[in-house]
Amino acid sequence: MLQRIYDWIDDRIDVTPLWRDVADHEVPEHVNPGYHFSAFVYCFGGLTFFTVVIQILSGMFLTMYYVPDIVNAHASVEYLQTDVAFGMIVRGMHHWGASVVIVMVFLHTLRVFFTGSYKKPREINWVVGVLLFFIILGLGFTGYLLPWDMKAYFATQVGLEIAESVPVVGDLASNLLAGGEFIGAQTLTRFFAIHVFFLPGALLGLIAIHFIMIRRQGISGPL
Amino acid sequence: MEKNHNVSRRQFLTYALLGTGGFMAAGLIMPMVRFGVDPILQADAEDDMIDVVGVDELTDVPQAFDMEYEQDHGWHVEQVTETVWMFLEGDEVVALSPTCTHLGCTVSWGTDADNPEQFFCPCHFGRFERDGTNVPGTPPTEPLHRYDHEVRDGRVLLGSPSPQL
Repeated sequence: MLQRIYDWIDDRIDVTPLWRDVADHEVPEHVNPGYHFSAFVYCFGGLTFFTVVIQILSGMFLTMYYVPDIVNAHASVEYLQTDVAFGMIVRGMHHWGASVVIVMVFLHTLRVFFTGSYKKPREINWVVGVLLFFIILGLGFTGYLLPWDMKAYFATQVGLEIAESVPVVGDLASNLLAGGEFIGAQTLTRFFAIHVFFLPGALLGLIAIHFIMIRRQGISGPL
Repeated sequence: MEKNHNVSRRQFLTYALLGTGGFMAAGLIMPMVRFGVDPILQADAEDDMIDVVGVDELTDVPQAFDMEYEQDHGWHVEQVTETVWMFLEGDEVVALSPTCTHLGCTVSWGTDADNPEQFFCPCHFGRFERDGTNVPGTPPTEPLHRYDHEVRDGRVLLGSPSPQL
């Protein structure tokens, strides 16, 4: 049945080469943990991507209930966490997953650094990777405020003070982030927009570039 | 020897990997899907009877009364005011919903100059008789819904509207 549906589609638009190009590629021996157990360090990039996918999915589901408004933000989070079926699990995925993504990005970066994979011709991919790291930190920072509880408030307060400590443009940066002089309704909607539209958009674009470069250049040689 | 096995080693591995992968993917996706569809699986809130008006205020001409109650929106409780058309049919209280059974606009009593003794819906000119029966030849296909009601200590208490017939 499935085979016939697949054949029907494949007959018409020839999808086989498309997915083979994406999914069917040889893995060099030195990155296969089956041959060298220590090669498991090459999994961190994939694990980062996997956790990012979980973050995107769980985040999409959370927005079904979440309201970015100072009156209702905390109440809606409390509702989805305590009253909606599996709310604790879905929010838990997003909450803990945020830390896991950062840990995975860090491990991936360490692997790339210690195997020297950032060297010519892969410098551009390293730069894109560092940008991805910053975007992921930004997602963590902007997501922190959204539950609108005391921890969220003070975490953001500290973050804004750090931005303010930058010479010359500090005040501007802090005001731009907060949408005003203080953390309030404007800050919450701003952080929400940055968290769910701006940063994920940039993240997906850069991930695409990151992956295309990997396929162009192949995995770096053995140490 | 090897050839006699019904499931080849490659097939076994494929099944095992797909099964494990599928199990893990389901473990991730299932909670999110259940989370998303939660509203359609929630039990309906039980209906409380709401005190609306004293029986002595009712006449045999339909009058609009306000029915006030709290509606639970999950993280927000809203004070809702609903209109009910009520009148006396002999001793019997009749409470009709103002929601047109055509497409849900709101009907009023006697607002159509040509048919002052009928409920009239301005959206598509739907009309209903005094007892809520839809007038044939106008858009509505069923009578106005009637509220479950109860008279207690001279007060009219209303439940929720249900279809006549």
